[in-house]
Amino acid sequence: MLYRTAGQFKTSYQADQALFPVRQDAVLLGLILIFAWLVAPLLASEFAFQTLLIPILIYSLAALGLNLLTGFAGQLSLGTAAFMGVGAYACYKMVTLMPWLNPVVAILMSGAFSAGVGVAFGIPSLRIKGFYLAIATLAAQFFLVWLFEKWGWLYNYNASGAIQVPNLTMFGVYVAGPQASSMVQYYVVLGVVTLLTLVCINLTRGTLGRTWKATRDMDIAAELIGINLMRSKLTAFAVSSYVVGVAGALFVFMWRGAAEPNLFDIPLSFRILFIAIIGGLGSIMGNYLGAILIVGLPVVLGTVPEALGIPISSAMVEHLNVMIVGALIVFFLIIEPHGLARLWALIREKLIIWPFPH
Amino acid sequence: MLKDIFITPFVDMVEAPDFLLQVLWEGLVSGILYALIALGFVLIFRSSRIFNFAQGIMVVFAALTLVGLHAMGIPAWICVILTLGVMFVLALSIERVVLRPLVGQPDIILFMATIGITLFLIGLGEIIFGGENKVMITEELGIPTGSLVLEPWGGLLILEQKDITAVIVAGLLVVALLAFLTKTRMGRAIRALGDDHQAALSVGISLQQIWVLVWFIAGIIALVTGIAWGARAGVSFALEVIAYKALPVLMLGGLESITGAIIGGLMIGMLEKLFEIYWGQPLLGGNTETWFAFVLALIVLLFRPQGLFGERIIERV
Repeated sequence: MLYRTAGQFKTSYQADQALFPVRQDAVLLGLILIFAWLVAPLLASEFAFQTLLIPILIYSLAALGLNLLTGFAGQLSLGTAAFMGVGAYACYKMVTLMPWLNPVVAILMSGAFSAGVGVAFGIPSLRIKGFYLAIATLAAQFFLVWLFEKWGWLYNYNASGAIQVPNLTMFGVYVAGPQASSMVQYYVVLGVVTLLTLVCINLTRGTLGRTWKATRDMDIAAELIGINLMRSKLTAFAVSSYVVGVAGALFVFMWRGAAEPNLFDIPLSFRILFIAIIGGLGSIMGNYLGAILIVGLPVVLGTVPEALGIPISSAMVEHLNVMIVGALIVFFLIIEPHGLARLWALIREKLIIWPFPH
Repeated sequence: MLKDIFITPFVDMVEAPDFLLQVLWEGLVSGILYALIALGFVLIFRSSRIFNFAQGIMVVFAALTLVGLHAMGIPAWICVILTLGVMFVLALSIERVVLRPLVGQPDIILFMATIGITLFLIGLGEIIFGGENKVMITEELGIPTGSLVLEPWGGLLILEQKDITAVIVAGLLVVALLAFLTKTRMGRAIRALGDDHQAALSVGISLQQIWVLVWFIAGIIALVTGIAWGARAGVSFALEVIAYKALPVLMLGGLESITGAIIGGLMIGMLEKLFEIYWGQPLLGGNTETWFAFVLALIVLLFRPQGLFGERIIERV
């Protein structure tokens, strides 16, 4: 009833190709955006900002970056965390070398460095495919994390070897560092995420996105119909690493406040891969659903035993968490290997014809 | 600078040949362990095209089970048998619960499922056995713990007896495995399944049985690896990181090749030690072992995309 598409006629080719061919989708997205921009900040507590809202947005952005590469261009990567690290360290160097720089501009620029590194590590993809490529991206993962640790210039020769986010202001308001309030940070993150999502949606719908999909589905066939594989794969690495790098800069500057090299170790890469896969490879919306699940789940699980009055230690809760997340990954893969985005698509199909299924 | 890279290391090697041998021996021993883990990967990959990320945690899990059972006062050899039983149950349940519903899914989905299994086993292991470092029951298993001191060219070379045992046992295991795969009916069925799933199914080979069998064999290999590595460095979840080391070994040797896994493992074990001692520590600030193997494998792959011994990749449209 609510989702009926009857009566929405498409009279031009443009209307048929619109971002939202079904009006209800646009309304739904509008509601979500209003919620994210207006309602959530008013209702959220400090705890909700720090453990749910901000990390969910940042993780979904990172997953979106990975999804462009793995889901759209078909190049499996296990080095996401390292590229996030490149973004974070580049941002750190920029704001310490040029303190007058607008922090948001610095964050958006830091993605460019990670894009460069991404292209460099993407070059092997021209020859190596599938799991071999996945392991090759691990070379980036381990090498870059080692570099973050050993190259003192990156962290300004700190004694601790970690990077500490300084207080940064934009138009007189603290946006990063210990002084910044969670709500300001939330708005910065939300703004960047909204902007990049919009860019990514349009990229994947355009020529570039179609080249990527052709490369993913069968690269030899794509080459035969005249797609330049080198350009297609390297642009995928560049755009993906850019988004991931920006996510990395946000990760440190808007959320963690400080970072050690091992923060960007392989578990983070896997976490983001989980989000992308559970959300659905080759979908944009899936990343958000996946991030909500993967970030939200431990928070929910952490509160359950307390609410039920079962006395278990926090270490036990953490172990149970790991175990349940593992089991859930398997469970979701079994019920819907194409991810939560597909699950939503199925529900939507059902809703369109509901309540008269014939 | 160039002298430091191209001349000094080799002069050092020639001047202290006993130290070079010691380094190579250490590399060989870790190489054997990488090769063993890679072997578990290869077996599963060949028979089911599943890239089994859980092999590393299976090593930890097997070792923890063994030590945990022994701590309950059960004699060592019975512990080994019980652990094998646990690994069999594990193989059976992985096949039943995870793999069977996922038959025919894309490779990456199965790969993710094995990462799910990994997380599950980490959580389970920590809950049952606790996270602290444990001592492997080396002596109780009858593994000699002394060391052999040799003096080649008037130098000093120390070979730990447990390392020698590990090398011998690993060698025997590989020979037994190769014999099993080529000589027995079951082994041939495994290889048939690796060559062509549908053809194998149509001549009456049971996919399910073979998968359980293969995962069980991977479990046995995991137990051996766990004992050998645990004897060197203790049993803890830090062991899991060596599983990552098996990945470049696989790349170097090729995902399908058992010989490749062994030769790749030994090569990577020795080369990374050599690089670390003669180039990494003096020039790069050390700890290069984390990435050297990957970069080496990456360079090799640029010239041979299927690894040194992998099946030639033939692509059709």
